[in-house]
Amino acid sequence: MNTQRMRTKSHALVMLRRNSKHITRNPTSVFNAVLMPIIILLMFVYMFGDAFDVGVDYIDYVTPGLLLLAVCYGLSGAAVAVNSDMTKGIINRFKVMDVSRGAVLTGHVIASLVTNLVAIAALIGVALLLGFDPSASLLDWLGVVGMVVLLGFAAGWLTVALGLAAKSPETAGMAAVPLVMLPFFSSAIVPAEMMGQGLRQFAEYQPFTPIIETMRGLLEGAPDSGDAIVAVAWCVGIALVGYVWSLSTFQKRA
Amino acid sequence: MRNSAIAVTGLRKTFGDKVVLDGIDLDVRAGTVFSLLGPNGAGKTTTVNVLTTLMKADGGTVRVAGHDVATEAKAVRASIGVTGQFAAVDELLTGQENLQLMVDLSPIRAADGTRIVTELLERFDLVESAQKPASTYSGGMRRKLDLAMTLVGDPRIIFLDEPTTGLDPRSRRTMWGIIRELVADGVTIFLTTQYLEEADQLADQVAVLDQGHIVAQGTPDELKRLIPGTHVRLRFATAAELDAAARVFTDSTRDDEALALRVPGDGSSDSLRALLDKLDEHSLAAEEFSVHTPDLDDVFLALTGHTTEAVAQ
Ligand SMILES: Nc1ncnc2c1ncn2[C@@H]1O[C@H](COP(=O)(O)OP(=O)(O)OP(=O)(O)O)[C@@H](O)[C@H]1O
Ligand SMILES: [Mg+2]
Repeated sequence: MNTQRMRTKSHALVMLRRNSKHITRNPTSVFNAVLMPIIILLMFVYMFGDAFDVGVDYIDYVTPGLLLLAVCYGLSGAAVAVNSDMTKGIINRFKVMDVSRGAVLTGHVIASLVTNLVAIAALIGVALLLGFDPSASLLDWLGVVGMVVLLGFAAGWLTVALGLAAKSPETAGMAAVPLVMLPFFSSAIVPAEMMGQGLRQFAEYQPFTPIIETMRGLLEGAPDSGDAIVAVAWCVGIALVGYVWSLSTFQKRA
Repeated sequence: MRNSAIAVTGLRKTFGDKVVLDGIDLDVRAGTVFSLLGPNGAGKTTTVNVLTTLMKADGGTVRVAGHDVATEAKAVRASIGVTGQFAAVDELLTGQENLQLMVDLSPIRAADGTRIVTELLERFDLVESAQKPASTYSGGMRRKLDLAMTLVGDPRIIFLDEPTTGLDPRSRRTMWGIIRELVADGVTIFLTTQYLEEADQLADQVAVLDQGHIVAQGTPDELKRLIPGTHVRLRFATAAELDAAARVFTDSTRDDEALALRVPGDGSSDSLRALLDKLDEHSLAAEEFSVHTPDLDDVFLALTGHTTEAVAQ
């Protein structure tokens, strides 16, 4: 039992190395995951920033929101990667070699999480250059990192499930699009109060809003524990759904 | 039974209400090449999938390397290597990285792993392209890499699902050479193919799969004996000549469309001389004269009532 666990763990590491190589060798996924959020940051700050009155410096408002967007932009790559593994013959090779499904899928989730962290570090770097001025303490920063990791982990499992459920790599890429769009309908770019009635209700109750508000609070040095609890609850829920869905879909796909 | 590498009895597999395998019995002796022959859709890949633990059977028992595939999948997996019908290489990794990946996933020690990778690259003539991504490989190179990956753990039973489909004649011969080397090492090979020549060249035992049943099983020679023997084919220029010849060779069968006549004979020089003398005697001249020994294609036609090509359409 114990050696079995060890084996799964090291297989997951091998898979993580493999997936990381995939990501760095695929220019589209690097672009989507790392550069796209930065482009969007530049776009909103320079083109639209003056149009929104959010009460604080726009860059201080939007950066926490874009952190979440950056997590989401990395996801479509993961969905495509998972699906390619399933639709190409290689998965049968892994199965015959007794590589556990846990290892294959965990490899994808962790690789996607690492991509997220790289993208977020790059985004924060650029934002700081543009005048982003967070007043977070070291502890708050740890909170931000924790939140990002939790979100990346949850969204990662959900994406893996989407990738598994899709018929082809193309549809897998499409399946992740709603996740990429969702931040735009949250308080990421503008406060929910500034939206129309219907959209506003949606924005207030969708999972990304409390997650963003938590990060915003942390970066402003004034975290709101109410938001944080809701955010963590959403992440745990999403992770659980994604995990269970992934495993059951993986089993069904021969 | 002791010597069986693979023993299958009453194997059944259905997809929905479509019966793909309808009670298959196979026995493969250790150290031999067994070839499963069948047209597209016959169920070859399905058989391989069940035998390699990738699919569950709906009935029957399958033992591979002495272990039951249903209850001892792990033990089976530890003794087999599989090269599927479609190349299972990682396109974004280089040839060397692909092999290294297999090493990392198997219980091989790191030091041995490096040596194994180098040896396999050399053996499969992939040294030059070892550092290039597999996506840039030709079909033949990809197949070779695929097989090399299968050999990493030194499996004693290897499944090859249509290993030469889509390869040019030269690459096919290279592949045959590699398979023969494996057999010389004592490896058991389970090979599926649509090419009768391939089974003829490589296999000790051949089973013909058609519409869910094994319709014939034996050595290539035994199968060839199942069908009408050697004959001489004479083609004439006119129907009148064909008529005249048909009257002379009373035991022959005629093909009016091709203006040809099949005369049974054993292909020896004596029987050929006698036949030519007889033609001369009646002042008949054939446009074309050829001796036919039956190949497995003929066997397939005789056994299934259709050719491999006809089914492939
Ligand atoms: N997962 C599946 N679900 C439903 N039907 C399937 C499935 N896999 C195979 N089949 C059907 O089973 C039959 C046999 O398929 P199989 O792939 O075993 O044939 P094959 O002999 O390998 O053919 P080919 O020479 O084309 O590779 C086909 O009619 C195919 O449509
Ligand atoms: Mg097949």
